[in-house]
Amino acid sequence: MAAYIIRRLIQTALILLGISFVTFILLYLVPADPARQIAGRSATAETVENIREQLGLNLPFYEQYLRYLASLLQGDFGRSYLQKTEVSTLIAARLPASLLLMAGAIACELAFGLAMGIVAALRRGSHTDNALMITSFIGVSAPQFVIGILLLYVFAVKLGWFPIGGYGTFVHLVLPSVTLGFLGAGWYSRMMRSSLIDVLRQDYVRTARATGLSRAKVLFRHAMPNAILPIVAMIGIDIGLFMSGIVVVESVFGWPGIGQLAWQAIQRVDIPIIMGVTLVSACAIVLGNLLADLVTPLIDPRIKLR
Amino acid sequence: MRNLLLAGVAAAALTVFSGLSPSSAEEIKQGGSMTVTYKDDVSTLDPAIGYDWQNWSMIKSLFDGLMDYQPGTTELRPEIAESYEISEDGTVFTFKLRDGVKFHNGRALTAEDVKYSIERTVNPETQSPGAGFFGSIKGFEEASSGDADGLSGITVVDPHTIRFELSRPDATFLHVLALNFAHVVPKEEVEKYGADFGKHPVGSGAFKLSEWTLGQRLVFERFEDYWNAGVPKLDQIVFEVGQEPVVALLRLQNGEVDVPGDGIPPAKFIEVKNDPEFKDLIIQGGQLHTGYVTMNVTIAPFDKVEVRQAVNMAINKDRILRIINGRAVAANQPLPPSMPGYAADYKGYGHDPEAARKLLADAGLADGFDTELYVANTDPQPRIAQAIQQDLKAIGINAAIKSLAQANVIAAGGEKDQAPMIWSGGMAWIADFPDPSNFYGPILGCAGAVPGGWNWAWYCNADLDAKAAEADSMVDPDKAGEREAMWRDIYLKVMEDAPWAPVFNEERFTIRSGRIGGDDRLFVDPVHIPVHYDEVYAKDVQ
Repeated sequence: MAAYIIRRLIQTALILLGISFVTFILLYLVPADPARQIAGRSATAETVENIREQLGLNLPFYEQYLRYLASLLQGDFGRSYLQKTEVSTLIAARLPASLLLMAGAIACELAFGLAMGIVAALRRGSHTDNALMITSFIGVSAPQFVIGILLLYVFAVKLGWFPIGGYGTFVHLVLPSVTLGFLGAGWYSRMMRSSLIDVLRQDYVRTARATGLSRAKVLFRHAMPNAILPIVAMIGIDIGLFMSGIVVVESVFGWPGIGQLAWQAIQRVDIPIIMGVTLVSACAIVLGNLLADLVTPLIDPRIKLR
Repeated sequence: MRNLLLAGVAAAALTVFSGLSPSSAEEIKQGGSMTVTYKDDVSTLDPAIGYDWQNWSMIKSLFDGLMDYQPGTTELRPEIAESYEISEDGTVFTFKLRDGVKFHNGRALTAEDVKYSIERTVNPETQSPGAGFFGSIKGFEEASSGDADGLSGITVVDPHTIRFELSRPDATFLHVLALNFAHVVPKEEVEKYGADFGKHPVGSGAFKLSEWTLGQRLVFERFEDYWNAGVPKLDQIVFEVGQEPVVALLRLQNGEVDVPGDGIPPAKFIEVKNDPEFKDLIIQGGQLHTGYVTMNVTIAPFDKVEVRQAVNMAINKDRILRIINGRAVAANQPLPPSMPGYAADYKGYGHDPEAARKLLADAGLADGFDTELYVANTDPQPRIAQAIQQDLKAIGINAAIKSLAQANVIAAGGEKDQAPMIWSGGMAWIADFPDPSNFYGPILGCAGAVPGGWNWAWYCNADLDAKAAEADSMVDPDKAGEREAMWRDIYLKVMEDAPWAPVFNEERFTIRSGRIGGDDRLFVDPVHIPVHYDEVYAKDVQ
């Protein structure tokens, strides 16, 4: 187990290295000139040149990259070109909001997804089943900004149940979490439905019923642990989906997370922030996958990590 | 000639200047709070660095400079200067500072601080986007290249007197001193916070920063010891960032927000305009902005003046105004109407495809030609570019649209052989200060026609450059009218050569909640962009 984790962590480091290289080279190839973005439109050519020099943007690519890596290894993400602040400070200030939103989204997708999947599996072929599967289909296909704005319009503007965007209390969390979790709920309900249908057909379930156990007990004690297995593995992978989703959702709801930070930085070619957020998200995705792999054997003893 | 402007005169001017508020300043009670939203984060509140939509006016409220403008107008007035004198040759400016100006940390502001602040902006280590504005001060070259520590042209005569010596007469110098980049910072606080000063701003302005939660909100509180009694009107301003303009508008309609800093989003414009509850709260104001199509005079066939004039005649500006729901007025010259020097009686090139085709034929291009039109890829710019494309098609010019991210269009414009035509929308020139010269140098003068410059037409007319330099050396305020006329003439000459096809001047449309008072012009202030925070007041404490 320990050897497995160490091996995976080394892989993680290599993946992050690769990601940092690819992101860096993409940003290097963008024709926009960060020095000019910083200098603004009234700056003289000398000012621009001077800024380029101070930031080391005049150096050849490999040297810029190695410099970046060197400071990264010391835990230094660099300073934002435009905000003139440590990138680590900016990310640290916004990360809790994003993590909270993700936790909310995971709760939403599990609650909605599992409930919908179970009901649909138990009522297979009924109108309820059809209605639920259409809903999940919408969840999987609809763009998140559409769902976000619709929820905002109906529940915040028209009904006034929730605040119109913002951050701070539990009620602020509800709509963004539902928006972000709706996509996952769509997937989960479909997975839960088919996986539960498979399990319910198994002999041991029929045996359990035959021994006189109640329907609920059979479902939750015997069928569910097996049916839920593929879903647990999915949660880790979801973190990756969330990372792209939060850019949209955070900007619709004015949620002060790292997605919003990334979006603003991309528009203004603030390379240190783009790099920092990319690496932090990549880290979250890789660790999410690792976590999913580590949790699976705890639920299913048949699976062994090697 | 010797000019002397005393604060008394300014005070008199202020009382005469009463069109601004229905009630005089003394009647407005201080107090209350206001909530303002912005889409983008506030990057920095360092006056030497901040150059954004959202931080420009915030910095003006946290810091003070020697000069400022009458609220809601483009008229200069001294701020922490009590009076100033200009030498006869227009190269020496001497300022007397007011008594009792204090920084938020309690220390008195002196002439030494003014000198330090401007030298800090010019110092290359600061990486200020505004360093170039101070180019007329003696010793600028040495200081901006880092060879000298300070500017030899700035002398502290005594703690209340500061003298600027210029290397050439500069009629725009008072405007330059009113820019944020010349606002005064206390040295000890700058040194204390170092590179993070922009997140811990300490100035001498009407408000002080009391809270900043990164990416969420900022709170400004009234500075009790502000030198200008009765200002600001509000006790507190809460800025919430990260709010989409559409969401901000919904929250305003819900009573949660007082001013959406980014204005009314175009998509909601018609709806709000027709809403009986809110239509009277909409405020419209001119901007020192012109949207134009540049034609690169070094790329054939735009090297022919007939072709450039033909493009001017081909574009149907009225149709473009309809595309943007009438949120602009048609332009026929580089200067916007609210800028001094605007030629009100100039007719420009009318929409006349027939005449345009004839001009093309005269240039030997009766069959038209193929070219490219660069445009920023955010709505509504590509739609405007399509309208221009159709107009050009009607006279035989086939313009392929190159829709790119804004930064990439700017980069292409700065290359001599890249972009034949650019629609400037989304990155067009907005003046830094209300003086006609500000629309020339970087965007139409030879100095801007360099790699990485903003003169995307690569238009360089040495005669006009000489005229511009001459106009800017006319410092004598008595000759202001003559100077304005010279500038007017320069821009009309530019239009004869037609390196641009001016299309429209954007109007700003914003809205305020019913509980915030103040003259409409304060909410579309041409200098304290977007809102003059110091002067608006809360109706619920009156």
